[in-house]
Amino acid sequence: MRSRTVRSAIATSAAALAVFGVAGCSKQSTSTDTASSATSTAQVAETNLKIVPQMPVDQNGAEIKLATDAAPPANPAGNGTATCAPVAIAMAGPLTGADAPFGTNVKDGAQLAIDQHNAANPGCQVELKAFDTEGDPQKATAIAPQIVGDASIVGLVGPTWSGETKATGAVFDQAGLAALTPSATNVALADQGWKTFFRGLSNDGVQGPSLANYLKNVVGVKKACVVDDSTDAGLGQANAVRDTLGPIADSACNISVKKGDKDFSAAVTQINGQSPDLVVYASYYTEAALLLQQLRDSGYTGTFSGPDGLNDPQFVKSAGQAADGAILSCPCGPATGAFADEYTKKFGQAPGTYSLEAYDLATILLKGIDSGAVTREALLNYVRNYSGQGVARMYQWTPNGELTSNMIWIYKVQ
Amino acid sequence: MIHECLGDYACLAGNIGFNIENLRNGFWQLTVDGLAWGSIYALVAVGYTLVFGVLRLINFAHSEIFMLGMFGAYFCLDKILGFTPSGNAYNKGVGLTVLYLGIAMLFAMLVSGTAALGLEAIAYRPLRRRNARPLTFLITAIGMSFVLQEFVHFILPQLITGYGGSNAQQPIILVRPRTQFHIFGADVSNVTLVVIVAALTLALLADITINRTKLGRGIRAVAQDPTTATLMGVSRERTIITTFLIGGVLAGAAALLFILKVPQGIIYSGGFLLGIKAFSAAVLGGIGNLRGALLGGLLLGIMENYGQALFGTQWRDVVAFVLLVLVLLIRPTGILGESLGKARA
Repeated sequence: MRSRTVRSAIATSAAALAVFGVAGCSKQSTSTDTASSATSTAQVAETNLKIVPQMPVDQNGAEIKLATDAAPPANPAGNGTATCAPVAIAMAGPLTGADAPFGTNVKDGAQLAIDQHNAANPGCQVELKAFDTEGDPQKATAIAPQIVGDASIVGLVGPTWSGETKATGAVFDQAGLAALTPSATNVALADQGWKTFFRGLSNDGVQGPSLANYLKNVVGVKKACVVDDSTDAGLGQANAVRDTLGPIADSACNISVKKGDKDFSAAVTQINGQSPDLVVYASYYTEAALLLQQLRDSGYTGTFSGPDGLNDPQFVKSAGQAADGAILSCPCGPATGAFADEYTKKFGQAPGTYSLEAYDLATILLKGIDSGAVTREALLNYVRNYSGQGVARMYQWTPNGELTSNMIWIYKVQ
Repeated sequence: MIHECLGDYACLAGNIGFNIENLRNGFWQLTVDGLAWGSIYALVAVGYTLVFGVLRLINFAHSEIFMLGMFGAYFCLDKILGFTPSGNAYNKGVGLTVLYLGIAMLFAMLVSGTAALGLEAIAYRPLRRRNARPLTFLITAIGMSFVLQEFVHFILPQLITGYGGSNAQQPIILVRPRTQFHIFGADVSNVTLVVIVAALTLALLADITINRTKLGRGIRAVAQDPTTATLMGVSRERTIITTFLIGGVLAGAAALLFILKVPQGIIYSGGFLLGIKAFSAAVLGGIGNLRGALLGGLLLGIMENYGQALFGTQWRDVVAFVLLVLVLLIRPTGILGESLGKARA
């Protein structure tokens, strides 16, 4: 009946299995190759890699010696005697989606400051209102009117990403709502003429050259491929690095990928074709981890580096062993000491990137509220004239919202 | 150059490179990688083409059948076989790895096949009973695609903790890609080899089923003329169910191969873009034509890679769709043209 087809089907399957077996056998011959894989004898694949702060550097990549006699950082609890009508501080950032860890870090940092303040000042209770932008500038444009439309909100910690900030800055400027971003690092944001824009950390114009100079002068790389992800933040950072590296950044492997890509085989082929000793990726860690793994799998042995978007434990977790030795930069400071302990106690995990900046910026807003600035205009004025020490750094702003003093931290995965 | 284009997409569009040097250097590597991707597209494209041939319906929910297959394979690896998600690759030795992958593939095929059958029973059969217009089928297909996506997005996390939701699953990497040999200077890794061989085997089996078995003859008969086929003793309902089953099973296999290549790609929206590309591949090769779907898939995979190298990696998806438009302009029925119903007996 169907014997002929059945026989040919069996024959084909047998042939396929044979080929499978051959493929398998050649896998066998290389699985004993222990040269490149530390996990080849491990049963369960786990890494103990962590992101370890190295040092703060200036724009030439040279180390900044930290002053040991700085003033004590501002405490959100204040002196415990503040009284005010109930007001709210808003927070805007990605609370869901691929970038959720960053937004959650910002929210938690602000929440810690607010809870410390509320606990110490029963007469002045401030609420934190969190708005989820999903990291998407389109979504943020819809969220911004909600924030300014809520009369109880007198200040904003956020938005978190550069793209979101660019899309919504004009809205906050028109409403006169002070928007202190703990993490948006795109340079152009400060040049938009927004009176309400305040950046709580150094921008990519500082970060890019600092990282590039560190890699050029201190690490001493000779040939680099710089990859960006076509987003506002990524392009800005990548271009700053390309410009500073100059001839070291090989233009033949100047690659743009798309955020959300999962397969980078063409980019990997192009990079390997140039045999660089450094690959820089800007700027989010999901794609960076994938690219790094695919690079390592293809035999790349050079250094991998990236700016603050990669500075998250999730990067190390996703990339696994491939992340060993990666050099990361961040305008954000390492969260240690009393702040880290309180944060861990409250949220059950170590503070993440920008938690510290969010904490400091929320503290500044709270201090303003405590001092009697409970309207948007008054708080805006307060922030504009503020000068004080935070946990991470000294805060004082130029008229267009940049910090008056700059510092970039270098981290290493080890 | 790109500096001035910050946030201005029209300006970015002016930055299409034309990098022949790049294409020439990486040609064979790009071809090999493209074949691997093309094999995955081909397997998914078969689902689209079979259902179109038999029902004249573009099953837009097929991409979600694929996505469910991914989650099925992940579930098998995670809960049934007991691997812990991690960024590092496991190395269990060849025999065991092949066995585990085989089990995961079978489980993925099971999940996808069941999902396809369920989809047919819930969404399409009631419409067929009522003799609905083709447009209604189309809208239902798109609607089901969204329903399944959002099911995994929002409801699955409530059913199984840690599954679904907005973020991709933590990867379970069973095979560490390692170069096996070189062809014309291109590295062929074990993953590429497994993907191509497995996909080709399954494609071959599908082709044999459609063209040389009684079952396949039934499918082709219903595709050609459902009424006469019924007169010849072919049950239309049973044939339709079988068609969906075959498509689903192949999508499940493709899902396992996909997560072998991209372990971090298991997310509710992971099927969408791939589904569109597979559908384009099916149309490229000739919708309704099984061999066309296979050819279209392989061709699309390779051309995408060449396009990436030539124009820039950010233009990958654009190349895929522009290619489709160009082929349709020149040859509207697709490359291999003939439909399922007119295939040789």
